[in-house]
Amino acid sequence: MSERDAIVFKYTVSDDDFTRAGEASSDVKRKLKQMNVSPEVIRKVSIAMYEGEINMVIHADGGEITVTLTPEEIIMELKDKGPGIADIEKAMQAGYSTAPENVRSLGFGAGMGLPNMKKYSDDMSIDTVIGVGTTVTMKVKMI
Amino acid sequence: MTIREVKDTIGARVICGEEYLDREVHTACGSDMMSDVLAFLKDQAVLLTGLCNPQVIRTAEMMDIICIVFVRGKKPDEMMIELANEKEIVLMETGHRMFSACGMLYEKGLRGGASY
Repeated sequence: MSERDAIVFKYTVSDDDFTRAGEASSDVKRKLKQMNVSPEVIRKVSIAMYEGEINMVIHADGGEITVTLTPEEIIMELKDKGPGIADIEKAMQAGYSTAPENVRSLGFGAGMGLPNMKKYSDDMSIDTVIGVGTTVTMKVKMI
Repeated sequence: MTIREVKDTIGARVICGEEYLDREVHTACGSDMMSDVLAFLKDQAVLLTGLCNPQVIRTAEMMDIICIVFVRGKKPDEMMIELANEKEIVLMETGHRMFSACGMLYEKGLRGGASY
């Protein structure tokens, strides 16, 4: 299969509708199941993407997600126009959070989002510019 | 143990998913922080939580959690019930507090599962 045979799904994550956060991840999970991707890969992709989707709603007024399937891997690109991440090293520490207090009452903001995303993806990179936005790219290998 | 045994052990009331009560539960997890739930992989798990919003159902969906118990008498709304029905997740409620409900299930042999 060549590069142009890759399958691409695109999603728009709405700005501050917390109740709808996770719909894109849910749709990806459903599609991967239909395509008979291995359950382990599906679980890694859906958890990593769900945490990312929640992050986009909490920190960045939503954004765009592109999921690309190739025979070798699944690539998730989460792009937002949020405030950017000032200190990536700190943001990667489990328990460190800049989320507002009200987010904690919703079950998130415990400082586990980025650590979980790294944990469930085989490769993760963060491209961030203060005041411009953040793009997180995660890859999960097919097995 | 089965979901039915979980229900009987903590005296829970089934809100939806009555038809799935004979499914087997292997591990359990008690938390109000969804990111903590997402941090550890569980196998056919039951989630006990005092949090009551649609993200609890979404978290369960992503983790393949098959049953959610709302402690302290929390009641999910129609949207959450609809979502749970769609994803074949059993919802239950109990008047017990988190610590007590978890303790009762632990006593019956249910464990927290291994880390990823």
